[in-house]
Amino acid sequence: MLDVGIEHYLTLASALFTLGVFGIFLNRKNVIVILMCIELMLLAVNINFVAFSAYMGDLTGQVFTMIILTVAAAEAAIGLAILVVFFRTKGSIAVEDISELKG
Amino acid sequence: MSLSFADLMPILPELFLACAGMVLLVLGALRGNSATPFIGKAVLISFVIAFLILLGVDWGGTSLLNDMLVMDQFAGFLKLLVLLGLMVSVALSFQYLDQIICQRFEYPILILFSGIGMMLMLSANDLLSLYVGLELQSLSLYVLASIRREHLRSAEAGMKYFILGAISSGMLLFGSSILYGFTGATNFEAIADALASDLTPGALIGMVFVLAGLAFKISAVPFHMWTPDVYEGAPTSVTAFFALVPKLAALGLIARLVFIALPAAQDQVMQILWLLAAASMTLGAFAGLAQENIKRLLAYSSIGNMGYAMIGIIAGSQDGVGAMIFYMAIYMIMTAGTFGIVLCMRRNGQAAERIEDLAGLSSNSPYLAYGLAILMFSMSGIPPLAGFFGKLVIFQAAVQAELYVLAVLGVLTSVVAAYYYLRLIKTMFFDDPADAFENEISFSRRAVMMISVLFILLFILKPSMLVDISVNAAGALFAG
Repeated sequence: MLDVGIEHYLTLASALFTLGVFGIFLNRKNVIVILMCIELMLLAVNINFVAFSAYMGDLTGQVFTMIILTVAAAEAAIGLAILVVFFRTKGSIAVEDISELKG
Repeated sequence: MSLSFADLMPILPELFLACAGMVLLVLGALRGNSATPFIGKAVLISFVIAFLILLGVDWGGTSLLNDMLVMDQFAGFLKLLVLLGLMVSVALSFQYLDQIICQRFEYPILILFSGIGMMLMLSANDLLSLYVGLELQSLSLYVLASIRREHLRSAEAGMKYFILGAISSGMLLFGSSILYGFTGATNFEAIADALASDLTPGALIGMVFVLAGLAFKISAVPFHMWTPDVYEGAPTSVTAFFALVPKLAALGLIARLVFIALPAAQDQVMQILWLLAAASMTLGAFAGLAQENIKRLLAYSSIGNMGYAMIGIIAGSQDGVGAMIFYMAIYMIMTAGTFGIVLCMRRNGQAAERIEDLAGLSSNSPYLAYGLAILMFSMSGIPPLAGFFGKLVIFQAAVQAELYVLAVLGVLTSVVAAYYYLRLIKTMFFDDPADAFENEISFSRRAVMMISVLFILLFILKPSMLVDISVNAAGALFAG
């Protein structure tokens, strides 16, 4: 039977975080996917915090997680609101269409 | 443990602003957008009251809420500067919002909430309060960037700012979680103690992530990609706000983090900041040369200026951090005047944002032209204007800390950057005149421009005062 220790949680969290970051930079299609990747990054951080918190028997990490969850909800709301505003003016949410400003 | 109101006294200005913000939000919801002018003035007055309260608060380094926040000289003085910047941003926005027909009551309230976030950042003494303050500020700024929602460019600016800002928050958090795991604490002093006894590689990795996240917020190269696009796309009064205040708060936060939480890792931190500063100064100077849009130009100018300000932190001394505060104060005042003039660039009800639109300004509206010329001379660091003293104090600190390469690079890049500042002056005074700008300028904008230009001109009469106050404020970070 495999013992699940702190290193497994940390590996999982790092893998999820890396997936999130790569998802943002390699994604060429859709802004909603980017929002999902951002969420993935934040959740990876939460796993990290909870794992460390349980490992050290210190509650601070779990308090931190609760706060991150709340702020992430606000962040997602604002992200989607901006997405809607963008869609109304541009009529598209493809990443390649976010190209008005450059130079 | 019981909490009495007296324990909260050191953050009374923030509490006051938060209550004022909520009351005004309800008022706005009841009255709708027609209440915007009133709410704008109310927010301005709230900032003035918060400023006065802040002057009466104890700056003696009291910590509160389980060491989450601390109120010392450093936080106090920077908060005063932040409040000044907020007042200026609100004052500059009145007439502009009217002109672009964007009277939304949320606008001044969002500035107020982001202001609370910045003040919390400056007091933050824990990774948790750092994160919450930073997010309160950033979330308000994302909405502000896209507040002109029927405009594609504004929406796109908000979108880009949001995505890159969210990534940076993610990196900051990931770093915080690793720092927490390897030091067992989120409090700055506790982290410093843990690192002093054992500087693990894991903690260093966490530190790098945290610094990368914060570098996004001050738009240091290579984390600057959002800056030119957001500056160009956002409504000009929002751009002015972005250029004036948030970076000051973020730099203050970085200084506190570096000197309170990470003194044991000073060598490694300074290496990272060294690279960021050198890259920012270079890119800010060279990329600015090719710009045609004045808001984009000012974006690159601000990237470069962040590089200079960071030199103060890298110097790692009380004088260095004092120089950083002083530099940012002068930069803020110069930028306020500059954006006041950029806001005046309107023709036929449209904003004229290209540099060639300034052509012949000296014959059309000489006061604006001479004002902008003085500001540009000051930005490029020509004595005896205030901008010269800012650079002088920064380079002095660099030389004292034996950062010769940075100092030389700084002088060289400011010579390169002088080209684009002086090019504006050349366009205004020597090019064939274009059509005149609309010439009605509101009282508040006129006042901001006047004060800014007079400050720049008369600063030489008593330069040591502001320097002394800044260095004194920086002392709080080096007391322990």
